[in-house]
Parts: sequence; structure tokens; C-alpha cells
Amino acid sequence: MLVFRYDETFEGLLTAVFDAFALKKWPEQVLSRHDVVPLFTSEEYIVFTDDKKAERVSTAMKKRLPNIALNQLTYVWFSELPERSSLIFRYLIKLFKTKKDISTNFADPDVLAVKQLAKKVSNERHYLMMFVRFNAIENQGEKVYFATVEPRYNVLPLVVAFFKDRFADQKWAIFDTKRQFGYYFDLKQLDLVTLDEQADLLFDGAINQNYLSAEERQFQKLWYHYCQALTIKERINPKLQRQFMPKRFWKHLPETWHKTFDN
Amino acid sequence: MKDSTIKKLEILAESAKYDVSCASSGTSRSNIKGGIGSAHGWGICHSFTGDGRCVALLKIMLTNFCLFDCAYCINRKSNDIPRAAFSPKELTELTIEFYRRNYIEGLFLSSGIIKNPDHTMERMLRVIKDLRTVHHFNGYIHMKTIPGASRELVYQAGLYADRLSVNLEIPTEANLKRLAPDKDHQSIYSPMRHIQQHLLENKEERKKYRHAPKFAAAGQSTQIIVGATDESDKQILELSSKLYKRPSMKRVYYSGFIPVNSYDKRLPVVQDVPRKRENRLYQADWLLRFYQFEVNEIVNDDYQELDLDMDPKLAWAIRNPQFFPVDINRASYEKILRVPGIGLKSAKLIVTARQHGRLNIDALKRIGVVLKRAQFFIICAGMRTFKMQEASADYIRLSLQEPIPLIETAQPQQLTMLL
Repeated sequence: MLVFRYDETFEGLLTAVFDAFALKKWPEQVLSRHDVVPLFTSEEYIVFTDDKKAERVSTAMKKRLPNIALNQLTYVWFSELPERSSLIFRYLIKLFKTKKDISTNFADPDVLAVKQLAKKVSNERHYLMMFVRFNAIENQGEKVYFATVEPRYNVLPLVVAFFKDRFADQKWAIFDTKRQFGYYFDLKQLDLVTLDEQADLLFDGAINQNYLSAEERQFQKLWYHYCQALTIKERINPKLQRQFMPKRFWKHLPETWHKTFDN
Repeated sequence: MKDSTIKKLEILAESAKYDVSCASSGTSRSNIKGGIGSAHGWGICHSFTGDGRCVALLKIMLTNFCLFDCAYCINRKSNDIPRAAFSPKELTELTIEFYRRNYIEGLFLSSGIIKNPDHTMERMLRVIKDLRTVHHFNGYIHMKTIPGASRELVYQAGLYADRLSVNLEIPTEANLKRLAPDKDHQSIYSPMRHIQQHLLENKEERKKYRHAPKFAAAGQSTQIIVGATDESDKQILELSSKLYKRPSMKRVYYSGFIPVNSYDKRLPVVQDVPRKRENRLYQADWLLRFYQFEVNEIVNDDYQELDLDMDPKLAWAIRNPQFFPVDINRASYEKILRVPGIGLKSAKLIVTARQHGRLNIDALKRIGVVLKRAQFFIICAGMRTFKMQEASADYIRLSLQEPIPLIETAQPQQLTMLL
């Protein structure tokens, strides 16, 4: 069995596609450098990322695929799942081996898998649009709306443009506690940031509630009581609620903090 | 902020919660310079209450004082409940603060009727006008139109709101008169007509002047209470289908009757909210809007009520064996759409994928077709026989209808679509 190994960059993956055609070698799997070697591997090829090769594959890809398929591949890449490398690789090999547009051939397992994984990532992105909760914190006299998230896939980069447009007149920051990076918007531009003293500002993956102003607590409380009042008792259905709003988001959602606000 | 604000918010949310609509969909736009907010085409839900309903908009009454005495309404004049009112300033500030925290997509403003319909509309208008002009709020606004409001005020409202709605509540006029003596169909249909006329005029105007202000870009919606009166599903669905024929009507919501005023003798005595029936009505509604069904195919003089044991599409298919089998590789999109077990998405995937080659049963499975249901109605490569010929309608019915719960008390929990 032949295995390609690459450095886990998107350029690296495109280089792998280039090399496969150059060498006429068709690996069964494409793995990152530090993945464990699978059983029965007889041959290994190390891909050295080459920006020129990657550029050529990228140009060809853009010429051959409609935007919707290109976006799907981007989303698959941001899933960060280990199987994404082989999946994107096989998809591109199939694309360049025929003259047709394969992106709508949903009877093909790889094409369908790309579409389905892209959908999952897109759903996770949508979850952020739904469940990001900003907390106003005072930082050296200025008000910053701060939120922490821990999405399943790396979707924060895919969603910040949405927040930038929507909340253009307030300073805000969203921090991914799982991947230890975030974005800060200072009314003009968006910056990629990391946190130095996060041990203090963050507590247990969420914002240290001691940092919040008294006013912020009041708004959370208002929101909690509003959502409680809106519930129709005759139709109570917690299972349905959890189905739409999975428990993993609840620690960021003040409307679910029964213990904090009920007394 | 004081505890009194919390109290007020609770009272006015309690009063607003029986309005089903919470959609924030139907319009897409980016933020404006110096403004706050945007609108997202399919809408975004921000939370879900304990009953599993979506919270997208701050659904709230401006006041729950009301002159009217409608039997089905929690806010009726003769009810002894706590009453409250927001000032426009309080409500706009609350909306903005919630919005800044990403709690909501916008505001859904409703109100009890104080003094007269026009006076009420004017007060509501002030809130949404302030939001747009003082706070530069560019998020979603849904405003209820008060039955009997004047044409000019409806026009004003449409300039600031994305969606307007007037609730029909009771499908037939006779029953409406009986339960809501202050209302008649005229007072409901006339603002509906105003909204539609303004919308169509606005469309023409915008063709001439690109920057003419948009009027209620997301159209209008309405709501019908199910189970408070004796209308059949046929009557309800015929009404909806008539409403959908109007170009501006985007959604008809069905609200299972909740006995909030059980003391009123004009209302039926019910044990539980008719969730199942409500769900079947929504399914039928989907068939009308997306699956290209005509209303008389779903309900007609022979079948006045929807089947509670199976969804209306399956029920239609079993009644109409002459349309089957459908050849997955050859039949038109419209025909494939009518197969039970194949939804909008799968139907689209099927017709695009089959251009690349014949589809077999495994491909269908991967695409997401529910073969358990579809198998009786399709032919495709890899399937041994067409089953409807060997299986009788009764057999299909029995094998596909929802299982009857073994214990009497285990009431099925029905999912409702409230996006």
C-alpha cells in the first residue's frame, strides 16, 4: 500500500495532488507527517510543499469547479478531521482525471461525502451565529463585548465576517477556548488575537463572571426571565429543546442558568 | 434597571407568547454605515424555550391592556391578570441591548388594543420608527397590524418593518363573531389587503426609482387557531391555500388551541393541546408551498380531515396508486417530489446526480431517501420488484403508519415546525 505524507497545510495537500500526477502514483491514503503508519504500508512518499505547484493546482481547480463546490472543499478543510486529507485528495484526483464537472455527481461516495461533511461544518458555523453570547466587560474605561466559544470544527474564521458586518458599531471579541485563538474588532478592523492572562479572564472555558459589570448581570437576568416567561407550560418538551439547542452550548447561554437566576 | 423592569418584561412576554410566528426570514441585507444589525435570508434562531420553540425575535407586547374581549385570548378585557405597558424608550433600549449581546435577531412587536385601533398602531409605530431612525437599528422587525387600522398607518408601518401580520385566528366568520364579538372578517381582511396593495405598488415604484424605500420586504403572515372551533381540516387548508395565492402572503401559522380561558362556555373542553393535528396541518401546508400539491388533492369532500396516523403525503400516495411506480432514473422532478420518503433535498440531488449515470438503490440510500417508505412507490436499479403491485394498500398502510403507544398515558410528543 502506498501512502503520501504531507505537512498539513492546504498548499501541501495541493502539492500532493500535483506530485501524484507527475509521478503517476495513486496513493491509497494521504496522511499528515505525524500520523501513525497504517498496517501493510509498503511504500511511503513525503510531499514537500511547493507554492508554485500548489498555485497551479489551485488555478486549475478554480477553473474546473463552480463556486459552490470550492466553498464545500474549504469547509471540509476547516473540519480539521483526520479523514479530510484523503477525501479532498481523492476528490481532486477524480476531478482532474475526467473532463466533466464531477461536483454534482452525488452517486459518487466521495462527492457526496464532501457535500455532507461541508454541510456539517456549515451547521456548526450556523450554531455560532445562533449561540454566541456577548458579555459586556469594562476594559480600561472602554466597553468590549466579549464571547467565548468552543466549536466542534474550526469555524470561527468562517463566521467573523458576519459578526463584523452586524456589530459594526461596537467593540467585540470572540475567543475559541479549544483552539486558543480569537478575533478582536476595534471598530475599524479585525485582528487575530491570543490571550496572555487568560487564566484570569477565563474560568473553566467561560468568561470569569467577576469581570462583568453589575449591569451585565442584570441583562443576563432579564434575558433569563424573558425566556422563562415565553415558555408555554402546556407544551413543555425538553427533548425537543435539547435537539435544537444541544447541551454543549448551555454553559454560554444565560437563559439556561436555572441555578444562578431562579433564586 | 430595577426589578420592576423584570416584572414588566415577564408580564408582557407571557401575554405575547401565544403568537406562534417567530420567523426572522424572508429578507437579506448588510449593515448600513454607522448602524447596527443585519438580516439573514433564512433567519437565525438564537434560543429555544422549554417547549422547544425557537426564539429569534424579542416577542413582546407594547401593552397587554385590551379593549377587546376575545374568548380565546389570554389578554381579553374580562381576564383578571397583571397588566403592564412599556414606554417606547424602555422598549427600544431593551431591544438594542439584547441585540448587542446577540440574544435576538430583532423585534416582534404586538399590542393589546387601547382606545382604538389607530391610536394603538400609532404607539407601536413610534417604537419601530425610533429603532430605525434614532438607534439606526438595521435588524429584523416584525410588527402586528391591528385589525381595523387605517390604510395610511399600515403604510407607515411597512416602511419600518420587514414583515407585517394580521392574525385571522378563527377560520370562518360565523365562529369569529361568536368568540370575538369585537372583530369581524372585514376588519382583518382589509389591513391584509392594504399590506398587499402597498407591497405591489412599492414593487412598481422600485422599478422606476431604485432608492425608493422598501415596503415590508419580507411580506406578511397570519395565524389560525386550530381546535377552538369546529372547522374541518378541509376548511382550514382551503383557506390557507387561498391566502397563499396572494403574492404577499408568506406564511400561515397554525396554533393548537390552548385553553387559557377554560371558564368560557363558548370554548370546547379539551384535555391536551392538539399537537398531532397541528403537525399534520403544517405538513399539509408544506405540501402546498413546496411540493406543488393542490389543496383538493390533500383534502376534499371524501377526505375532510387529515389522517392522524400518517403524514398527508403518504396518505395521498396510498389513495392514488395510479401515479406509481415512479422511475427514479426517468421521471420528472415533480413526480419524484411526490414519492413518500423523498424530500425536497433528496429530489434535487436525484435529478442532478442522475445526469452522471444511472442511480441504484445504494446511491439512493446514501443520498438520504427513506427507503422504508419509498420502496413501495419507486423502481430503480438494484430493486427486485415494485412492491405496490404485490402489496395491497392496506398492507402498506399497516406497515408504515405510526405505532400506537402501548400505554394509554404515553402521549406522543409531536414536533412542530416553527421557523
